[in-house]
Amino acid sequence: MKRRSFFLVASGALTGAGCGHRRSAPFRTLSESEAATLEAWCDALIPSTDGTPGAKEARTSRYIDIQLTRRFRKFRPQYQQALAAIEKMTGGRFTEISVEERTVLLEKIEKGEGDKALWGPDGGREVFNLILQHTLQGFYGNPRHGGNHDYVSWRMLGIPVVPVRGRGVAYGA
Amino acid sequence: MALEKVNAVVIGAGAAGPIVAKELAVAGFRVVLLERGRWHSPWECRKDDLRNQRTNVLGNAFGPEDEGNPRVLVNQQGEARVLLPSEGGYNNNAACVGGGTLSYGAMAWRFHPDDFRTRSRYGMVADSTLDDWPITYDDLEPYYEKAEWEIGVSGDDSGNPFKGERRKPLPMPPVKPDSIEHQLLEKAARKLGLHPFHIPMLRNSVPYGGRPACMRCRWCVGFACEVDAKCGTQNTVLRTALATGNLELRTRAMTKEILLDPGGRARGVAYFDENDRLQEQPADVVVVCGGATESARLLLNSRSKAHPRGLGNNSDWVGRNLQGHLYTGAFGLMEQRTYDDLGPGASIAICDYVHGNPGLAGGAMLANEFIRLPVQFMNTRPPGVPRWGLAAKEFMKRNYTRAIAVQGPTQEIPVWDARCELDPEVKDRWGIPVLRMSGGRHAHTVEIGEYITYKAEAWLQAAGAIQTWRRGGGRGLSGGQHQAGTARMGHDPKTSAVDANGRVHESENVYVADASVHVTNGAFNPVLTIMAIAYRAGEHIARELKGKGI
Repeated sequence: MKRRSFFLVASGALTGAGCGHRRSAPFRTLSESEAATLEAWCDALIPSTDGTPGAKEARTSRYIDIQLTRRFRKFRPQYQQALAAIEKMTGGRFTEISVEERTVLLEKIEKGEGDKALWGPDGGREVFNLILQHTLQGFYGNPRHGGNHDYVSWRMLGIPVVPVRGRGVAYGA
Repeated sequence: MALEKVNAVVIGAGAAGPIVAKELAVAGFRVVLLERGRWHSPWECRKDDLRNQRTNVLGNAFGPEDEGNPRVLVNQQGEARVLLPSEGGYNNNAACVGGGTLSYGAMAWRFHPDDFRTRSRYGMVADSTLDDWPITYDDLEPYYEKAEWEIGVSGDDSGNPFKGERRKPLPMPPVKPDSIEHQLLEKAARKLGLHPFHIPMLRNSVPYGGRPACMRCRWCVGFACEVDAKCGTQNTVLRTALATGNLELRTRAMTKEILLDPGGRARGVAYFDENDRLQEQPADVVVVCGGATESARLLLNSRSKAHPRGLGNNSDWVGRNLQGHLYTGAFGLMEQRTYDDLGPGASIAICDYVHGNPGLAGGAMLANEFIRLPVQFMNTRPPGVPRWGLAAKEFMKRNYTRAIAVQGPTQEIPVWDARCELDPEVKDRWGIPVLRMSGGRHAHTVEIGEYITYKAEAWLQAAGAIQTWRRGGGRGLSGGQHQAGTARMGHDPKTSAVDANGRVHESENVYVADASVHVTNGAFNPVLTIMAIAYRAGEHIARELKGKGI
């Protein structure tokens, strides 16, 4: 068996085993409900479709949660404030409304039109950009940091997931 | 207590320091090389697209560490902010053995002969400090050649008519020009009557210097090379220097100041060793190679009665004229897939727009860009495509593998107020005052960069792009990995910090031998010029020491 095929089979077996539930381990910094809110937020930024994966499949909220214990530690208060604020705007139903409805709300925050009492003087613009960049990193970045689960985005883009030429089968080979 | 005296102490093991150290060690002098970072091996490459020297959202892979190395940036509105090394605006360069040469893209350009005489060619540009160098291309030519052969350069610039004479060809052929992008762009350039050629690169295309050839992976610029095919100072001259037995390299050694006699002669340097103990290293000669920002900081932190504002700074030229490059260009989307996963990506260039652009005081080399990893492309889009949502994802999905980027480094017009000085309050983890940076680019630099975007776009259109968009630049402070200019060389002590050999005007035995001495920074990546200047300075210092009977 080629080395690469072995890895694919092995990783498939591992993820398959404990994956009856969507989240196999608890989040590190976010509470259960904060995590659900963040996931709904990320899902609107990079929606899943029938044909292609989105933030959910890539586990971008997992990436963010892990980084909030490390490099993004300083952003924790901003995350907590933003996740609470978006729930307040929807009467605690942000995770239940449709992706289209979430998109309309997030477009307001992106433009800085959030209620200043809830979002601060910039109406949410800065924290929106922060979460957008982190979500994109978790979607398109290296899986080693907890996002891009099973290389879903790289597969979608059509680039070889084995990251080093000479170590695996090149594209089209 | 002072350590045993040596002939030379060199500060900084980046692009320049190991070259000076090697020249002196081979000539028989005893040398100590101080480097604030540590050694990294090729096996630390890690292929981590979020933590490297180009994309550092999760930190710099090769330093400096975020902890204890702040700087202060004053923005265009006059607001000061404390920045960490992994934050934008810090103007970071790697802090490790090899410096930027461990993880660079490794373009190995000789400056154009007119890059050394921009003032003579273009006249004075208002509100600038544009000037000629005190040395010419011909003065540096033998040292360019030495860098190309000792450190190792592949490529072929014989098809480039816009360059100075070279006596010897490059030692290695180009990496095989087989990528789809290269072939499309070469045909297009010829159709436009331009002169495409193979970019010179400090990268093995064939085994050279005891190291293997490039394996064409996509993890190049920003990463250490896993198979050690990139040629830096750490895997070439530094090995030669250490093999002489005359060089001692001390890592995790942070230089605090150059110790000066009242007359301005240096006794040596004070530095914090790997255990944060303050040490004194006496030396006959001190050579500063810390990169344009940190070299300026060290000079400004080195004071005596005769130098109350810092060594070399009596005429206020130290820390001034900070410059890097304004990168501008264009993106093009092709009908067909162009991504073929053949690194390093950048391979083809034109120098048709380096000089002679009507009404403009400069220009840029243009080349295709290194492979852009998904995280480096995820914020790239033409006007009208949203940043997020389904349409953003669909854009990435359709176009990531069909996009070509062409860009180039516009030669910047130096500005007096683009500067590094010492912050009066903020200090690093050793208690040494840190840099406070302020100012920005000259308006004309932005105009030249804008002109270059149209040339890049035309090239992409000729290559068959079905959609193109241009990317210009702004007036923010420039430095980054191409940082230069903060201790300008010149004949007149009133308008420069060091002489044509790199000796500080105000001291008989302190030299600066890195990009700090650049008067202007060329229309090219500067590293081969930094190397050539270091070879020249090393040779000169060895001659001086011999002349003094040392």
